[in-house]
Amino acid sequence: MSMPIAMPQPERENYLNTKYGVWSWLLTTDHKRIALLYLISITFFFFIGGFFALLIRLELLTPAGDLVQADTYNKLFSMHGIVMIFFFLVPSIPAVLGNFLVPMMIGAKDLAFPRINLLSWYLYIIGGAMMVHCMLTGGVDTGWTFYAPFSTNFSNTKVVEAGLAVFVAGFSSILTGLNFVVTIHRMRAPGMTWSRLPLFIWAHYATSIIQLLGTPVLAITLTLVVAERALHLGIFDPKLGGDPILFQHLFWFYSHPAVYIMILPAMGVVTEIIACFSRKRIFGYSFVAFSSIAIAVFGFLVWAHHMFVAGTSVYAALVFSLLSYAVAVPSAIKVFNWTATLYKGSIHYDAPMLYAFGFLGLFTIGGLTGLFLAALGIDVHVTDTYFVVAHFHYIMVGGAVMGYLGGMHFWWPKISGKLYPEGWARLAALIVFIGFNLTFFPQFLLGYMGMPRRYYDYSHMPEFQVLNVLSTAGATVLGVGYLLPMVYFLWSMRYGKPAPDNPWNAAGLEWKTASPPPTFNFEEEPVVTWEAYNYEELDAPHSEEVPVAR
Amino acid sequence: MARNVDALYIFLLIVTGMMTLLIFVCLVYFAARFRYRPGVRAEQIEGSTPLEITWSVIPFAVFMVIFAWGAVVYFKERTPPTDSAEIYIVAKQWMWKVEHAEGQREINELHVPVGRDVKLIMTSQDVIHSFFIPAFRIKQDVLPGRYTVEWFRATKPGVYHLFCAEYCGTQHSGMVGDIVVQEPAQYEAWMNGGSTGPLSSTGEKVFAELGCATCHHSDGQGRGPKLQGIFGKPVQLEDGRTVNADENYLRECILDPGAKRVKGFQPIMPTFQGLVTEEQVNALVAYIKSISSAKPGTTGKTSASAAGPVEEKAQKNGSQVQ
Repeated sequence: MSMPIAMPQPERENYLNTKYGVWSWLLTTDHKRIALLYLISITFFFFIGGFFALLIRLELLTPAGDLVQADTYNKLFSMHGIVMIFFFLVPSIPAVLGNFLVPMMIGAKDLAFPRINLLSWYLYIIGGAMMVHCMLTGGVDTGWTFYAPFSTNFSNTKVVEAGLAVFVAGFSSILTGLNFVVTIHRMRAPGMTWSRLPLFIWAHYATSIIQLLGTPVLAITLTLVVAERALHLGIFDPKLGGDPILFQHLFWFYSHPAVYIMILPAMGVVTEIIACFSRKRIFGYSFVAFSSIAIAVFGFLVWAHHMFVAGTSVYAALVFSLLSYAVAVPSAIKVFNWTATLYKGSIHYDAPMLYAFGFLGLFTIGGLTGLFLAALGIDVHVTDTYFVVAHFHYIMVGGAVMGYLGGMHFWWPKISGKLYPEGWARLAALIVFIGFNLTFFPQFLLGYMGMPRRYYDYSHMPEFQVLNVLSTAGATVLGVGYLLPMVYFLWSMRYGKPAPDNPWNAAGLEWKTASPPPTFNFEEEPVVTWEAYNYEELDAPHSEEVPVAR
Repeated sequence: MARNVDALYIFLLIVTGMMTLLIFVCLVYFAARFRYRPGVRAEQIEGSTPLEITWSVIPFAVFMVIFAWGAVVYFKERTPPTDSAEIYIVAKQWMWKVEHAEGQREINELHVPVGRDVKLIMTSQDVIHSFFIPAFRIKQDVLPGRYTVEWFRATKPGVYHLFCAEYCGTQHSGMVGDIVVQEPAQYEAWMNGGSTGPLSSTGEKVFAELGCATCHHSDGQGRGPKLQGIFGKPVQLEDGRTVNADENYLRECILDPGAKRVKGFQPIMPTFQGLVTEEQVNALVAYIKSISSAKPGTTGKTSASAAGPVEEKAQKNGSQVQ
């Protein structure tokens, strides 16, 4: 891609250098600085969760339980799940990239409620500190699913602490969603109509709705678990007339839509990247936009597909299976539209695009294996096996984390004002893709062969070892792939070349301001007179510079 | 059953394989064909509603075929044939306890004859477990406080894995066992070795020990409902509802008698929650079923009269199992 020559220029005032000192960060209300606070915090939790994953894979290298104790192993996969989901994936794209980009993409100075934005980060940090305390003082062994009555009456680990930590972090997520909804409704620049919004914004709007409506149910559920455990109320305990299946309904009512909290923003990121690196308006803009909303709505109606063997009625299972196929349609629409966007494009293979291609491949496999799980007759066999583990990692790691990394590479020049080494970035994308498939593809096979999940010791069935060894080998490759970007991003902050304002020649208001942007994003309020993804104008030969709002 | 599941699985592999291939071929072809060339600009395409409708409707139609097929298989998986042999399973952290109707007990092993429909009536003493036999492609969660049901018919003799598939604590991965499928003759021999008398006669004994007959008279004149013939029949409740007297209803009546009281009777029955073990509840249910049906082999009368000395052995075995 042709890069505009970076002109040597005097250091402009931007959001990074406007003030220095710890308090200028800890008390900031600038959405961009808060995004960086989130970036540092979630990276911390990502590596903790990744460390747990590494220990899990090492334990499973051999059939016998020989590396850690059974209880330790149970805590490892529980805390891997809790940390990765509630403290990394749920906040990842919305709280970092969303926080940074939502105001800039719609031409606003900040989010609607800057102080609530800061509050949400503090809630996240308080929840995170409670979780770290919980892990250091013994941890929790209920799985991230907290199933009753094991969590309420039997586990003798720190269930209450973990539950409260997630409870507090949940409010951080609610506040972020609230902030985005209000901002997107009220703070769009003149001319930025709904149909001109970047699809990243549509995806975040849909995500925010889920965060607002779903997360309170999680809070209620966890409160009930804590109350049941402390006071023995008899909500979930059958000995007191309670119903353990009620817990599962409540839990999945949030936790299924939560999958869309993780994947929808990644879809938004990938949409931006594909449009930019094919130099095209996205194919079927309105279908892609409304499929995000459709996913958010239908996503609330499929929760009991996690419970086909739990003891619910056959007829309930039928309804939930049918609805699960309905929610698959908007996801399929998106994949087809992304693919169609490439048609007659002018495709560049820069690092963000490699991640987007990776996303397309892995999300397709993850989505299609979801069809197996939604098929009632097959779900009975593969649920609670490694098939499920592989499926949701294809969606949540292959999909969401690929999207997150793609977005980090795409917007890093804007965020940091520096360019990362392109060669290393392409190499890392390749390593992540290969390592990921090597880790998780064998798990589909293990699952259909019948290996149950959450097994610490499989010496009863040594025939599963070969595939487990492959998976562990893949995990080490994947680990390297994840460490690389952190290293070169950090390196680029000091040694990277200064980034031009629009290194990709991308559409979108965020590229029309400086890199890094000034504190209030734009020198003067932008007025939007063009449609989203106006790559035709941007690439038009001999065209005058499109008026820049800076 | 495994064959039904595998057939659908292979169908899905083909369908999703074709979808994957279609998408990947398009991706790779477009990515290569339309790669950046200096001087060649992208052609802007707004979209196409007919195309959008096509690639929404066709996948949805395919999904509905998968849905219907999956539902049919599931219905078979969830509907045990009426004349299945019944085996009671009690799960606890971290073992499977098996009680055959004929009185045999086993732990972490389940012997069944080849070619016979077997229905498992399962409950848990503590947390949720899940009875998973990968070779038969079946799985069902086992819940505390109620019965769930699972069935299969083994078609080939052999030893198959039994796993607990729902995480249940420290030794979750140790809660494994073997399903031993035997030829009928071998099975018969195994069944006769150390036979302990039918489960229903154990139930009859528990019934007598707890003094149930004080109220539940066989002539229908007692303070409690007559139990003979009740199993599988609709029961009119005090609050106007009608329930089917299945295993779960009988179980609930023993443990929480006030919850669904039979019309015309006073709420005088005490709860037996905590006073009887899961095994005793199973035995009581088996006994009530035996006096309700004329099914051969499960009739309480004939076997009970001959089971005097064997019963004690059953009780003794029971305590060992504990």
